[in-house]
Amino acid sequence: MDLESHPANGLRPSCAQASCKECASLRQDARKYLEITLRVNGATHRLSVDTRTTLLDALRERLGLTDSKKGCDHGQCGACTILLDGRRVTSCLALAVAHQDAQIVTIEGLAVDGDHLHPLQQAFKLPLARSTLVRTLLDLTTEEEEHR
Amino acid sequence: MKTQRITRATGAPLNRIDGVQKVTGAANYAYEYPVEGVAYVFPVQSTIAKGRVVSIDACAAQALPGVIAVLWHENAPRLAPVEDAELAVFQSDAVAYHGQFVAAVVAETSETARQAANLVAVRYEEQPHDVELRADRGDLYTPEKLGGVYEADTESGDVEAALTSAAVSVDHTYTTPAEHNNPLEPHATIAIWSDEGLTLYDSNQGAHIIRDVVAAAFRLSPERVRVIARYVGGGFGSKSHPHPHTILTVMAAQAARRPVKFALTRQQMFALVGYRTPTIQRIRLGANRNGQLTTIAHDVVAQISNTRGFTETTAIATRMMYAAPNRRTTHRFARLDVPANTLMRAPGECPGMFALESAMDELAIACGLDPIELRIRNEPAVDPESGRPFSSRGLIACLREGAQRFSWAQRDPQPRARRDGPWLIGTGVAASTYPVRQYPATALVQVDRAGRYQVRIDATDIGTGAWTVLTQIAADALEVPPERVQLEIGDSALPRAFVAGASSGTASWGWAIFNAASALRTRLREEYGGSVPAGGLSASGAFDTNPEAQQFSMHAFGAQFAEVRVNVDTGEVGVPRLLGVFAAGRIINPQTASSQLLGGMTMGLSMALHEASVLDPRFGDYVNHDFAEYHIATNADVGAVDVTWIDEEDPHVNPMGAKGIGELGIVGTAAAIANAVYHATGIRIRDLPITLDKLLP
Repeated sequence: MDLESHPANGLRPSCAQASCKECASLRQDARKYLEITLRVNGATHRLSVDTRTTLLDALRERLGLTDSKKGCDHGQCGACTILLDGRRVTSCLALAVAHQDAQIVTIEGLAVDGDHLHPLQQAFKLPLARSTLVRTLLDLTTEEEEHR
Repeated sequence: MKTQRITRATGAPLNRIDGVQKVTGAANYAYEYPVEGVAYVFPVQSTIAKGRVVSIDACAAQALPGVIAVLWHENAPRLAPVEDAELAVFQSDAVAYHGQFVAAVVAETSETARQAANLVAVRYEEQPHDVELRADRGDLYTPEKLGGVYEADTESGDVEAALTSAAVSVDHTYTTPAEHNNPLEPHATIAIWSDEGLTLYDSNQGAHIIRDVVAAAFRLSPERVRVIARYVGGGFGSKSHPHPHTILTVMAAQAARRPVKFALTRQQMFALVGYRTPTIQRIRLGANRNGQLTTIAHDVVAQISNTRGFTETTAIATRMMYAAPNRRTTHRFARLDVPANTLMRAPGECPGMFALESAMDELAIACGLDPIELRIRNEPAVDPESGRPFSSRGLIACLREGAQRFSWAQRDPQPRARRDGPWLIGTGVAASTYPVRQYPATALVQVDRAGRYQVRIDATDIGTGAWTVLTQIAADALEVPPERVQLEIGDSALPRAFVAGASSGTASWGWAIFNAASALRTRLREEYGGSVPAGGLSASGAFDTNPEAQQFSMHAFGAQFAEVRVNVDTGEVGVPRLLGVFAAGRIINPQTASSQLLGGMTMGLSMALHEASVLDPRFGDYVNHDFAEYHIATNADVGAVDVTWIDEEDPHVNPMGAKGIGELGIVGTAAAIANAVYHATGIRIRDLPITLDKLLP
């Protein structure tokens, strides 16, 4: 099949079968977008998101805050851990639209530069350095302090 | 008074120079580069293991708002023929393994791409698949070259006769399961086409190899393709070679006429980026009453896929570990309809030494000898197969140092001798080894009038510490403090170097940097009287091969000690204590070296107790494809891990005197733990991992 002429390669694809009922229903089923506000590391962001967007993807793909990592997308590795109103949360299992008013802290929110690292970051600057591990440990200690 | 500055950056425990970037989240990994107008691709994967695609109905997917293109074999761009069949993405209707890409959707968002991929209807014509590895298969074959490099079989003396006449012998079969590399950072690619060519941000272990393969597949000259991999979150071999996702992403960007990005899901990684082959290893050892080996035979059966295969070099360490006049190693393979296996940390040595070092423990018991003493009695004077002298061989020194630190002399060799409540306690020992491998590399060193040095080389830091260690090597070669050296790595636009693999990086890249630095200092002295000219000065250096590698057998060694606790009621195994003593030449950075060896030992513990990829023969895929079901050791599974090394001067390996340490730490750990489990319980586990069901009556 000719690459250029195939509908798959048009920027606006369309179903070849005009009578296709499934396609007709899909066309009507437009994606649900919501305007939301996220408060991350003290800054307020307005953005429009697909309601299916996870908090992790909103941070990484929409706000460019890539310090939270996606290791498994299933809440099993902890690389995406953030502080959400002071509690540890695996942000890959949270939906962005559900946390509009929350205070979100990511690893970027801990230190402004290399000279002012959080003690845990300082410790992990050593060879085992992993922002994910630092964050999980930090969130754990923060949470414990609050619940004491 | 003028004093000469003495810099000794190598050997110093320098903090990671990329440490701050990593702990603050500022380091950009491949998927994290901001790219204007980027679209997302998501694949449709085959649900059969063998057959062909009869039809693809993309109608519903294409109708979804936000979908830019749907690709499959009938409409995808034609690639140039690729050597690696796995990379021929969408080039035919053939399905060679479960999970293969059969279609893909490019869309405005990842959510839409994923939804649309689920709407693509694929009809298959299924053929019976063959995915079961067994040693008694009639169709096992012998590869022309093992791992592309080694002889598949070696033999000397009369193994069978020596086994028959041996005073003491052991004959056992050891098996290791498929294991997946599972770096924490998933494989990811961003592809950007422009008038100049193609730029890829790609998570890999060597940008040049990705560049070359992508350029050839898309019929571009290599100079028009640039691959950037500045920070990489682990690879363990699975990022050494290009995999289908990189080809797919480039293709998607071509079809969509937009930049496209893709990161594999964890589940997809179990089918698409390789794993360590399962192995079936029969080991036969014969010895005289003094425990001196008369014969060693190591026969291996493993698998490769029909698309591409790395023929695992399982028994190569057996060729040089111990002296014995009669010896044999063989490697046979089954070609199966399975996802492609690949390199995984110490491919060959790691599973092979589990078997050999378990068998040595069994032989020690059969001879009534201490396992350390048995190894000392079988220390070879020269490499037993090549006949070459060792450039240095620290195995016995490591065993002795470890024995002292681990209070080995107090050990009662009797199994089940120690008990603490419901816990049986045992200790075990095993040897580790890894060859000194070095591959061609080139580097460029520049200096400006302010005395700032720039070192450029396409090395890759996959979390190992290469950023730091190469800076240290450059600083010493230039005789300046490390603060004056700025390193650039992880970019195919830099001078070519081999991948971060085979524990070859520090030695190979370091040698090229050393040569470039020497060339610069010579030019500076001889052409410019020691003062930097106005425009600065630069010099290139290369490392090709080590001529002494033909004269010496070069290997790093180690001794692994483990203490285990096994619960008599539940069979639960804990490892409260590991000790690794290594002989790896000069250690460039004690801090990063310690971490690498500790990481290797931890991965060895994980191999011993947890890791196993389970193939469902009905479907031909690995079913436990996530972190909940494929268990990797976490902090809770790891007790005290003590890492140390002996001083070793080796003038033959390279100017730094350093041997690779990336893989040494994982070799032998599983055997030490299995040997300790035997000592604790009297139960010999020859089939990894050591799960509680195997320990309960």
